[in-house]
Amino acid sequence: MSEIVGVLPDLLEQTAIMLWMVALSLALGGIGGLVIGTGLTVTRRGGILQQPIVWWVLNVLVNTFRPIPFIILLAALQPVGRLVVGKGIGTEYAVFAIAIAATFGIARIVEQNLVALPAGVVEAARATGASPWRIIRTVIIPETLGPLVLGFTFAVIAIVDMSAVAGLVGGEGLGNWAVMYGYRQFDEVVTWSALIMVVIVVQLIQALGNWLARRIMRR
Amino acid sequence: MTSHIVLDRVSKRFPPAKRGGDEIVAVDDVSLAIEQGEVFGIIGYSGAGKSTLVRLINQLEPVTSGAITVGDVTISELRGKRLREQQTRIGMIFQRFNLLTSRTVAGNVAYPLEVIGVGRAERTRRVEELLEFVGLEGRADAYPEQLSGGQQQRVGIARALAANPQILLADEATSALDPETTAEVLDLLARVNRQLGVTIVVITHEMEVITRIADRVAVMDAGRVVETGLTYDVFTRPQTATAKRFVQTVVRALPEGDELARLRATHDGRFFTISFTDEGVSEARVFSALAKAGVDFNLVHGGVDDIQGRVYGLLTIAVRGEADAVARALDGIGSGVTVEEQR
Repeated sequence: MSEIVGVLPDLLEQTAIMLWMVALSLALGGIGGLVIGTGLTVTRRGGILQQPIVWWVLNVLVNTFRPIPFIILLAALQPVGRLVVGKGIGTEYAVFAIAIAATFGIARIVEQNLVALPAGVVEAARATGASPWRIIRTVIIPETLGPLVLGFTFAVIAIVDMSAVAGLVGGEGLGNWAVMYGYRQFDEVVTWSALIMVVIVVQLIQALGNWLARRIMRR
Repeated sequence: MTSHIVLDRVSKRFPPAKRGGDEIVAVDDVSLAIEQGEVFGIIGYSGAGKSTLVRLINQLEPVTSGAITVGDVTISELRGKRLREQQTRIGMIFQRFNLLTSRTVAGNVAYPLEVIGVGRAERTRRVEELLEFVGLEGRADAYPEQLSGGQQQRVGIARALAANPQILLADEATSALDPETTAEVLDLLARVNRQLGVTIVVITHEMEVITRIADRVAVMDAGRVVETGLTYDVFTRPQTATAKRFVQTVVRALPEGDELARLRATHDGRFFTISFTDEGVSEARVFSALAKAGVDFNLVHGGVDDIQGRVYGLLTIAVRGEADAVARALDGIGSGVTVEEQR
């Protein structure tokens, strides 16, 4: 019991860092994913902004990044990180790398949800003379918001997973703490408290996502 | 008077579904003139190209060749912002209603008003007015899934009318509704036509829709318009096989083949078919004339239909009696009927 109390301050601090990393990379990757996923949807054949070349480029981009195991991407993006966030190590760089990975992962989730929207709804909006941009804002996104929230919830949990390997580049967070102080120092209390904390966080995020989606979809 | 909507040798071809396949000709060299303030029906089986045709009128699909003029604007030449501006003047309703599930009834009806930039206060006022017109007062805050199919289509109609269009396109607007609700929605469309003076183009595969509200009708088959005319004329004197098949779905046709054989087996006498249009002839007059002549007769097939409020009768009777008496009886019906013996 006293051992648990002993690790508690670190546990909470690292949990907070993890949540911060997750929130920031979700925000960045979420916006990027929404833009690319929407782009994939509207530029595809039969889309409201049909653009075969743009679609092809986006599609290749997503297909290139998505299969790369995150631990390799984290190492490979270091030079880019030095340009963008000024360094190729640390928590900030880890957030940058997660955001990139999340962008392409979320892009596919967004695309999958948007293409499932019945074409008739978009057609009805087109018939009123609405512009493509207005249709994206007022029809495509609002009509798919419920499934999108569930998709983002799914993505958050993938991001929690990615945040755990931030330690590879000297980033902090719950995962790094569990590896450094739990696994490497044979401290099972640290490993297990980190694990339990991750499970609790994931449960809460999923519950929040489900609740939000249910409210949006009114069921 | 110039026509409201003119299609001049319009064709629409879609690229083949797979490489090396055949091009799909959805609309094939169609010319039509739809007049201001009329209800124009386009009937055809699914795949006849009527849904594509109606999407050409508001340019949801660009034409492959030919020209479409709405009012004094050649809409088929327009692109981008100028096309969208014209589209705001054409309302459209759909088989599946296509309402926004993320918006309430009021939000759906307000949508076209937002598109044309109407302010919030004016939007609210207009939405209220429209919901009253379509008979949905008090349902402004409901969501589409809380409404019945007929109510959803009313919302669709209110939405289509929001921006005060001069044209309403109805794409199979009643095909997902039961007969009773269909009648209500058609009554509403008739009211839109009469009270608001909106030109309506109705696409359907249901003949009842045409007989109920269309002033004129075009029959489509395999991308072409094969017959056009006043609804009553097309119904009573269909010229093409396609038109005849449609007419038979609502207007009772002459008995043929097995049916005729069966009727002959159960009824004695000679079979005559009496057809009449609405020139002062009624079923009652036909029957009383026959009764007065003292011949024994039976109505074996047919009946009287109402097309656009006009009468169309097609009665097949079995008559027993001497040849002279029968001839006198049939003569006695008087003018305005066509009598033909079924041999």
